[in-house]
Amino acid sequence: MSGLKLAAVRHRYGTQTVLSVERFEVAVGEHWLVLGASGSGKTTLLHVIAGLLRPSEGEVEVAGQALAALSGAALDRWRGRTVGIALQAQHLIAHLSVRDNLRIAQYLAHASQDDARIAETLDALGVGDKAARKPFELSHGERQRVTIARAVVNRPRLLLADEPTANLDDDATARAVDLLTEQAKVHGATLVVATHDARVKAKFAHTLRLGPP
Amino acid sequence: MNLASLSASYLRARPLNTALSLLLLALGVGTIVLLLLVVGQIEERMYRDARGIDLVVGAKGSPMQLILSGIYHADAPTGNIPLAEAQSLAKHRLIRRAIPLALGDGWKGYRVVGAGHEYPAHYGAKPAAGRLWEKPMEAVLGAEVAARTGAGVGARFAGSHGVTGQGEEHGAVPYEVVGVLGRTGSVLDRLVLTSIESVWQVHEQEHGPEDEEDKKAMREDREVTVLLLQYASPLAAAMLPRQINSKTELQAASPAYETARLFRIVGVGVEALRAFALILILAAGLSVFIALYNALQERRYDLAVMRTLGASPARLFGMLLAEGLLLALAGTALGLVLGHAFVSGLGAWLEAQQQYPVTGLEFRIEELWLALSAVGVGVVAAVVPAWRAYRTDVSRTLAEA
Repeated sequence: MSGLKLAAVRHRYGTQTVLSVERFEVAVGEHWLVLGASGSGKTTLLHVIAGLLRPSEGEVEVAGQALAALSGAALDRWRGRTVGIALQAQHLIAHLSVRDNLRIAQYLAHASQDDARIAETLDALGVGDKAARKPFELSHGERQRVTIARAVVNRPRLLLADEPTANLDDDATARAVDLLTEQAKVHGATLVVATHDARVKAKFAHTLRLGPP
Repeated sequence: MNLASLSASYLRARPLNTALSLLLLALGVGTIVLLLLVVGQIEERMYRDARGIDLVVGAKGSPMQLILSGIYHADAPTGNIPLAEAQSLAKHRLIRRAIPLALGDGWKGYRVVGAGHEYPAHYGAKPAAGRLWEKPMEAVLGAEVAARTGAGVGARFAGSHGVTGQGEEHGAVPYEVVGVLGRTGSVLDRLVLTSIESVWQVHEQEHGPEDEEDKKAMREDREVTVLLLQYASPLAAAMLPRQINSKTELQAASPAYETARLFRIVGVGVEALRAFALILILAAGLSVFIALYNALQERRYDLAVMRTLGASPARLFGMLLAEGLLLALAGTALGLVLGHAFVSGLGAWLEAQQQYPVTGLEFRIEELWLALSAVGVGVVAAVVPAWRAYRTDVSRTLAEA
C-alpha cells in the first residue's frame, strides 16, 4: 500500500489549469519535497492531497483510501484523523491559548480530549512551557513549533507543510525542516513539504518538481 | 473543548459586542416580563375583587371613582347615599344580593369599612384568629393589615378621618380588634372591617348634636357610602343602571365596564411600552446579526484552519448558530432575572405605600413563550452569518492568507 498516489490529476479554475500532475506516488513514511516557483500549483497540490479541494480530474489515494469515494462529511472526518497540515501563515486561533489550539485539533478530528498527549507533543517541540500562552505572546519560531505541534497532535499518517521556511534565515530554515522530518519520523508519517525554497533540497531524498501547468 | 465552549470563547473574545447584544436583549425581555407580571397580577386582582359584583351604587360623581372607591378602596368615595334609599333599592326584585358599605375612616393608611358579615362571606374570608364583629366598635383586621401593623386580637385603636392617616383622630371612640381574617388574596386583606353602626357611632358621638331630638333626627338621616349589588337576572343589566341613573339621586356604575375602560386608558401606555420592548428585542437580534457578520471577516482564516483540522461545513454552521443561541439564552435569562427582580422591588415599594401588591416570585406561562421567541430571534439572527461560514471556500481562503 502506498502512502500517497496521484494519477493524471489536473485542477482548473474556469479555463485556467492551475495544477497538472501525471503521476506522483509516495511510499508510506517517505519524506518528499515539492519544489516549484510561485503559481506552479504547490499549494493547490497540497489542498488536493488533503481533500480540501476536489480535483477537476484524476485520482487521489491516501493510505489506500480513494478520496473521490468519500462524501463531504466523511472526507472532513478522514482529514481530521489522517492528515496533519502545517500552514504557511502559521495561523493559530488568536484568542485561544496554545493548549486550546491543540485541543481544538483533537475536538474537530473527533479524537478524545487528551491533555497528556498535548503536553507530550508541546514538550517534544520545545514549547511545553508555553501551553498557557496566547499566540501573540510567542516568537515567530515558537508559533511555528506550535503550528507543527497542532499538525501532529492527532498522530497523522500524512503530514503536509506549505512553505514552512518562508521568510526564515538559513538557521531557522534548517531548524524548521528538521522539526518536520523529525516529527514525521516519530509518528511514522508520510511527509510532503511544498516550497519554492531550494535551500532545503539537500534534506530530502525525494523531490517532485512542479513546472508551470 | 466542545462546540459550546468554542462558541463561548469567541463571544468572550469580543466583550463589547457581546455585552451590547446581551444588554439589548435583556432590557427587551425584562421590560416585557415587567409588563406581563404587573399588568397580569393587577388585572387578576381587580377581576377577583370585582367577582360577583354586578353593579355599584353610590353618590353621583365619576363612575370610575365610584368603582375604585367602592370595590377596590383605592380612591375617595363620591359621597354618601341615604340609608333608606339604599334599603329600598336592595329590595328591588331584580337584585339578588345587596351589600351596603359605610366608608370614611382609616387607620394607619388602611381603610376602615363598615359592613355586614355578608361582605367577608362574599370573598370567602373567615377569621384566622378571634371572631367576626358582633357589636359596634369591634373590628376585624385583614391579613395584610395585621401583618404590617403587628396588631392582633385585643388591640385597641382610634380611627382617623380619611385614609391618609393625617385626618382628625377619633380618639374618644376607639375600636377593639376581635379578629384577624385569613389571607384571601383579595381587597379584604388590606381593610379593617367593622359594623356599619360603628362608623355611624364614631361620627355621631364626635360630631353629633347634644339634644336628643336632634340625635333622633340624625339617626333617621343615616347614610351609607355604597351598595354592592348582584343581579337576580340578566334583565337587570339592561334595566337597573339606566333606571337608577335617570330616576334617582343615586349613581350606578358597572365594575365590568369601568374596569375595562380603565384598562383601555392604561392599556395605551402598556401597549406603547410593549412595542418599545419588542423593538429592543429586534434591535438585539440585529446587534447579534451585525456582530457575527462583521466578525466573520476577521474569522475567515480561523474557519478555514478549522476545516483543515477536520471540521465539516455543518460544524462551522453549528458553531456560528451556537454563538447566536448562547447570546440569546444568556440575554433572555438575564432579562428574566432583571424583570423579576424589578417587579420584586416594585412590589416591596407598593407594599410600603399600601398599594396593590405585586410579586416578582410568580412565573407566567407567557414568559416561556417570550423566552422561546427571544431565543428564536437570536438564532434567526445567526443564520445568515452561519450560512456564510458554511460556504467558506477553504482552499481559496488559505491561498489568500
